[in-house]
Amino acid sequence: MTDRPIKILIAKPGLDGHDRGAKVLARGLRDEGFEVVYTGLRQTPEMIASASLQEDVDVVGLSILSGAHMTLLPRICTLIREAGLDDVLVTAGGIIPDDDVPALKAAGVAAVFGPGTTIGEVATFIRANVRPRD
Amino acid sequence: MGEDRVARAPAVGADPLTRATELAAAAVAGDRHALARLLTAIENRTPVAEAALRQLYPTGGRAHLVGITGPPGAGKSTLVAALIAEVRAAGRTVAVVAVDPSSPITGGAILGDRVRMQAYAADRDVFIRSMAARGHAGGLASTTGAACSVLDAVGFDLILVETVGTGQSEVEVASSADTTVVLEAPEMGDEVQAIKAGLLEVADLVVVNKGDRPGAQRTAAQLRAMLVAAPVVGADPADAGRPRPKRPDVLITTAATGEGVPELLAALDRHRAGLTRAPTEDGAPTAARLARADAQVRAILADRIADRLRVAPLADDAAATLRAVAEHRVDPFTAADRLLAAIGREIAS
Ligand SMILES: Nc1nc2c(ncn2[C@@H]2O[C@H](COP(=O)(O)OP(=O)(O)O)[C@@H](O)[C@H]2O)c(=O)[nH]1
Ligand SMILES: [Mg+2]
Repeated sequence: MTDRPIKILIAKPGLDGHDRGAKVLARGLRDEGFEVVYTGLRQTPEMIASASLQEDVDVVGLSILSGAHMTLLPRICTLIREAGLDDVLVTAGGIIPDDDVPALKAAGVAAVFGPGTTIGEVATFIRANVRPRD
Repeated sequence: MGEDRVARAPAVGADPLTRATELAAAAVAGDRHALARLLTAIENRTPVAEAALRQLYPTGGRAHLVGITGPPGAGKSTLVAALIAEVRAAGRTVAVVAVDPSSPITGGAILGDRVRMQAYAADRDVFIRSMAARGHAGGLASTTGAACSVLDAVGFDLILVETVGTGQSEVEVASSADTTVVLEAPEMGDEVQAIKAGLLEVADLVVVNKGDRPGAQRTAAQLRAMLVAAPVVGADPADAGRPRPKRPDVLITTAATGEGVPELLAALDRHRAGLTRAPTEDGAPTAARLARADAQVRAILADRIADRLRVAPLADDAAATLRAVAEHRVDPFTAADRLLAAIGREIAS
């Protein structure tokens, strides 16, 4: 079956306490037909990596506002690869300056979605870039 | 990590039997990535899933399967998290399957139970898996039972299944679990009557959660009164093996703080011990396990029949027969008998 739902984990790494944006994204992607595992606030890179592994998600969507993206996102990418999830698509959204994007992409983040990105755009990117699935 | 390579082996296009054998062996050896991949195959009902289940099923049967059902917001996920803490403190391993509804329109789902359990995400002896119901009614996904069979076969001591929790009668969990826990919360006092009809009858244990809220004691008392009023069937040996109305204990927990959770775990263990001292002959499977076997085999039979009728050589015959029924030229019983006979001939040939 190739039309089965894409499964995405949405997590908020770091210490900021706002999950409005992440919840809006979760609901939006549900309405786009995705199965969305929502893990909530203040997730450590270790929690995100092991949840991604147990849930066998196709995509990990990270929402980050705290400014700690340059340490947290590469760390999460490393842990995810170390866990053997090398075909999982990692995306990020939130408040991330353009200047930081090249380094994040080099670290393994496939896409960085700025504040103006629509949910439709996120869904389209994911559908186009998700791993082939068995 | 050498074992990861197994799970990373090319999946697409690989021979299903080879892939299933690799994944099953790796999962049994403790590779959590392989286990996760197997569960995905099961959810998607791929050929790998069936091949793996055929291999794994004979090693299962040791885990204690506990279903947790009850209305939304009663605290099922919070209680599962509290149980994880308690079970881990006792040195046992635990797997969780948490089911949430799929949108009937888009097929999408928000799987949010995990939020309350994330503190245990990085513990190797805890495995948490969220599942979308994918259109299946009754509080579970159609593949939840098969997922539990895999978790059982790879050696988890306890498997906790959290149902969708629509507040409807999600009684299916009772035929999938050894022990069924029905959760209530005090502020739902007025709904107790409604829930009773659907759910209380299948409960092995009734838990009033949010013991810190006013009314918890009163709700528990109401439930006890209700349960005592129910007739007890099954004392008669002639009833052995038949589903029987149960007379469950009523416990109070505060999942948010862990209060009452050690007592709940003890009650689960007692129920399980009671089950294995089976009321039937020595060593015979319990009524719950026979019901599960029945449900599993029936579901597969239904799938097998449907599959046969969907493809050549029977598809045309099936379509013509359905048309005849729609036009009232043939009654549905005759039609079903005719198709069953055709399937029989097809299998024999
Ligand atoms: N006061 C109180 N709140 C609780 C307790 N257990 C759960 N909750 C809260 O009840 C709400 C629903 O809990 P959840 O576990 O998601 O319920 P579920 O929908 O049945 O899985 C959450 O806000 C929990 O924090 C408890 O023992 N006491
Ligand atoms: Mg829940």
